[in-house]
Parts: sequence; structure tokens; C-alpha cells
Amino acid sequence: MSDNKNKETAGSGFIYHMELFLERYKLPVSAVCALVLLAVPFMGFSQYIMRILIMIGVYTMLGMGLNILTGYVGQLSLGHAGFFGIGAYTGALLMLRLGVNFVFAAIVGACLAALCGLLLGLPTLRLKGTYLAIVTLGFGEIARMVFMNWAPVTNGTLGLKNIPRPSFFGFDLTLANHGLYYLMLVLVALVTVSCLAIIRSKTGRSFIAIKEDEIAATMMGIQITRSKVLAFVISAFITGLAGSFYAPLVGFIDPNSFTFDVSSLIISIVILGGMGTIRGMFLGAVVLIIFPEVSRFLMDYRFVVYGIILVVMMRFRPQGVLGWKSQMPYKLPRLAREELAKQS
Amino acid sequence: MAYLEVKGITKQFGGLVAVDDVSFEVEKGEIISIIGPNGAGKTTVFNMLTGVYQIDKGEIIFEGQPIHNKTPREIVKAGISRTFQNIRLFGNMRVIENVLVGTQIRTEYTFFDSFFRTGRFRREESEKVVKSVRILESIGLRERMDDYAQSLPYGEQRKLEIARAIATDAKIILLDEPAAGMNPQESEELLQFIRKLRDKGYTIILIEHDMSVVMNISDRIYVIDHGKRIAHGLPAEIANNEKVIEAYLGGVKKDA
Repeated sequence: MSDNKNKETAGSGFIYHMELFLERYKLPVSAVCALVLLAVPFMGFSQYIMRILIMIGVYTMLGMGLNILTGYVGQLSLGHAGFFGIGAYTGALLMLRLGVNFVFAAIVGACLAALCGLLLGLPTLRLKGTYLAIVTLGFGEIARMVFMNWAPVTNGTLGLKNIPRPSFFGFDLTLANHGLYYLMLVLVALVTVSCLAIIRSKTGRSFIAIKEDEIAATMMGIQITRSKVLAFVISAFITGLAGSFYAPLVGFIDPNSFTFDVSSLIISIVILGGMGTIRGMFLGAVVLIIFPEVSRFLMDYRFVVYGIILVVMMRFRPQGVLGWKSQMPYKLPRLAREELAKQS
Repeated sequence: MAYLEVKGITKQFGGLVAVDDVSFEVEKGEIISIIGPNGAGKTTVFNMLTGVYQIDKGEIIFEGQPIHNKTPREIVKAGISRTFQNIRLFGNMRVIENVLVGTQIRTEYTFFDSFFRTGRFRREESEKVVKSVRILESIGLRERMDDYAQSLPYGEQRKLEIARAIATDAKIILLDEPAAGMNPQESEELLQFIRKLRDKGYTIILIEHDMSVVMNISDRIYVIDHGKRIAHGLPAEIANNEKVIEAYLGGVKKDA
């Protein structure tokens, strides 16, 4: 039966065969990937490289956060550095001033970012496209101004120093003992699984339906307002979570850590990887974090090259490098498959 | 009392009266057509029925409950669903996903159910998938369920819109020019399909320009021109109605 089905929808070309391969060898492929990721610290890379790998993880999470909002619902945000910063400052302050555990600080940081997402989402519901972009851009700047000027709490332009490392049961996670690397893996895995769970449900279908055709979605009874606010909240939560991990990772944050450059980097990751895909966020983060490091020989020209890459991308592959639509048959839930097989 | 009762609904856009005191009644299991020249206000009537527009005057009563000026969601929940004149599918979603979006109005599981993949989520999700496959089967699109909606040919896209409307568990289905752009063979198939729907107990209201479709299928016809109802009756009566012929072809004023 499944063979027959493949024939009916048989795609062709490289992507189809790759998808087919991945589908068939799903278990071994994911096992190998997991093993490699777990074994990386034992491969003797320098701290510099480990640090880049962890940054890739942070930006993967940031990409996935923005992707929920921009990739699935189609609402562009130019202010995600704001949520990133809110998560980072909240987490850092809780750990510095109150000495709370990283897990608790990260949850509070993410929740506070989510709350800001809610507050930003509600008044901007009717905006889209360029108008929403401007409002979120403003939000990002406001957040940065607050970090800069609320000196009694945020220490103003001097920033927060000596943010403690996350520690579990008295064991400090550092770059040297690879604790931070594994913590990054755990967080990225959590965020990925959560995003998949959200997208592969009626919530995710509502999101995509809104992006595809808002009027038709309304007429199917989808609550546009609720879905958009929910997307804002989820997106801000993930971004804030990445922030609360980022702060102890780098140990020092100041308002300049959360400029518009960061927002635009996150957007570039989403677009380059492939909007509305999860796999794309990994690739986007890998490419855009590694590129500035390996192209140091270009010196001042590297951002020119960076820009050219993005322009060329937009011209020749606007859906993003990994932005293809799956050609595999739709995956029916197991119960449904059994039910249908029984009756036919 | 009729199944769906529309009493004197009026809609104004600024100074323009788009729909003026239009009334009609629909009984359960009927196929009703609303016809009229371009710009007569037919789609506006649909938009008022489905909650896109607020109505300025009048009442819409469905199964004894007023449904005018409710949100589209409440109206879909009550059991009225529609298709669109210019196809509005979710093009980058698969055929079955389009239908699944239709079932969502009757899907009860919460965000947390889906997040933690609870038993309730899996049960209900499977139930809706099975239901969607059945609907696609009945409309002849099961073979296409894995395809993306935008890759379907025109006639099948129309069918998919109807499938999506059915998936909401609608009792009344509003079809806005379902035969538009179809060749005679496709519209003949569509006629068969609409009749089958009626036989299954659905009530159908359609807007249509194709007279061969309208005259063949309708139990009763309402004619609207310049926002006003100018005639109603059986297809044979409408075909010979002077006012209708005048509205469509333009008449010579007798007393001029």
C-alpha cells in the first residue's frame, strides 16, 4: 500500500530522493547525528571553536523563535533583539543579584519576554507587513533604551559583568568542562521538539492558514487575533529563553549586545535557511555564524560579501536554501492509518 | 418557521445602498439560487450571512436563533460555511491539510494537549484525519490528498473548497459561483455533486451566473438587482419573468 502511494505522489529529482532516504533511514541517521553532536567535545577542538558551536546553538534557537512568527504566521518582526535582551537581562539579574539557579532564571526570563510579546502583540494585531516591521523596530529600540537608561537595575551602558555560570548541584557548567555545550544541546533539542509539536497540530495549521489566506482562515472559524497573539508569545518566549542562556554564556552583557544588528542577523538566518521550516534554522545559523569567522581574511569587506550573499540568495532562491516543500506523502497519524486500513 | 430566515436585511456603504431590504427563506434540504446581474449585491448578501459584514437593518434567523452581526467563527459554529468566488485555498498546504483546517472548528483539544501529545490529542487528531479522508473520498479527491492545493487544476480546487466547507460540519453551504470558469463537462459533474450533497441532507444556497446550472439544479430562485429583490419562484417562473429578463437584458420602459 505504501509503495503504491509513493508512486501516486512520486516526486522526482534530488530533493525527493533525499527525503526518501531520510525517511527510510530515519533512525540510523538521527542516531549518527546525535552521536556526533554528543561526541564533539571529545574531538579536541579549541575553546574558540566550542564557543562558536554554542553560539550557533543560541542563534538556532533565535531563528526558531522568529520563525514561528515570521515563517509560519507571516508577521515580520524587526525587534527580536529586544526579546533577546529582555531574556538575557532578566536571567542575568536574577542570577547576579538574587543568586537563583539558572533553570529558574531562564524560565522567568523567557516568561517575561513572553509577557512583553503579549503586550506588543495585542496593540499590533491589525498591522502587517511594513507597518508591523516599523512598530517592532521601535520596540527593539525602546528595549535597548531601557537597558541603557534604567541604570539602577541594568547598570546602564556599563552593562552587567561577571554573570555566574549555570550550575547544577554545585557543579559549574563552563566552556572548559563542556557543560555549556551540553546545556546548549539540551535547550536546542527542547526548543526544536516544542516547535515541531506546535506546528504539527491545529495551532500550527491555523498559523500557516493565516499566512496563506487570512480571509479564508477567518471564514473557517480560526480566531485570527488569538492565533497571532499566541504566535507572538511563543516567539518571544523562545527568544527570551535563548537570551537567558546567552547571558551566562558570554558572562557580560550591555545594551550594545542587543542592537538592530542582532535582529537583522536573526531575520537573515530565517530567510537564508528557509522560512517556515525548522531544518532551515540550523543551516541558517551555521552559515551566518561561521561566515564572519572564516572570512576574517576579507577584513572590512566581509560584510560586503555577506550582503552580496544575501542579495544573490534572494534573487535565485527566495524560499531559502532548505525551503523546499516536502514531496513525501502526508504523514497520517498512526491511529488514522489503522482506521483507514481497516475500512478499505 | 423556515430553516433559515432572512428578513429585510440592508447594507449601506456610505451613501450606496448595496443590499436594500432583501428577504428570503430557505427550507432544510433545498437548493436555492440567488441570481442577478453583476454588482447586484449577491456576494454582499453572502458576506452578511457569514458575518463578514455587519447588517444595518433586518434579521437573519437560523434554526430559530438570530445569527446576524455575529462573528464569522460563531456563524461557522452554528453550521453555515461558504466557498469563495475567487478561489481562496491555502495554496502551500496540502489538500488534506486544507480540509483539516475546516475540521478545526469542531476540534476540542487544547494547546497543551497538542504540546504534550496527550491521548486526547492523538485520538482527536486521528479522528479528524479519517473524517477528512472520507470527505475527500466522497468528492473524488482522495488520490490528490498529498498534493499541494495550488498544484490542483481549477475544477479540483473548486471541489476542494467545497470539501473544506463540508469539513466544518456545516448544515448550510453557501457556494459563491461554483461553476465559474468550468467547462460544460466540469459543471455537469459539479451539478451531480451538489445534488448528492442535497441528498445527504445539506442545504445549499448558491450564487451563479451560468443559467444552465441555475435552471437545472435550483428548487427555487431569488433574483436581486440593484440590491433589491425583484423576483422569486420556481426556475420555470423565473425564466419567463419579465422583470428578470429586463434586469438581465435591459428593457424598454413602457410608459416612456
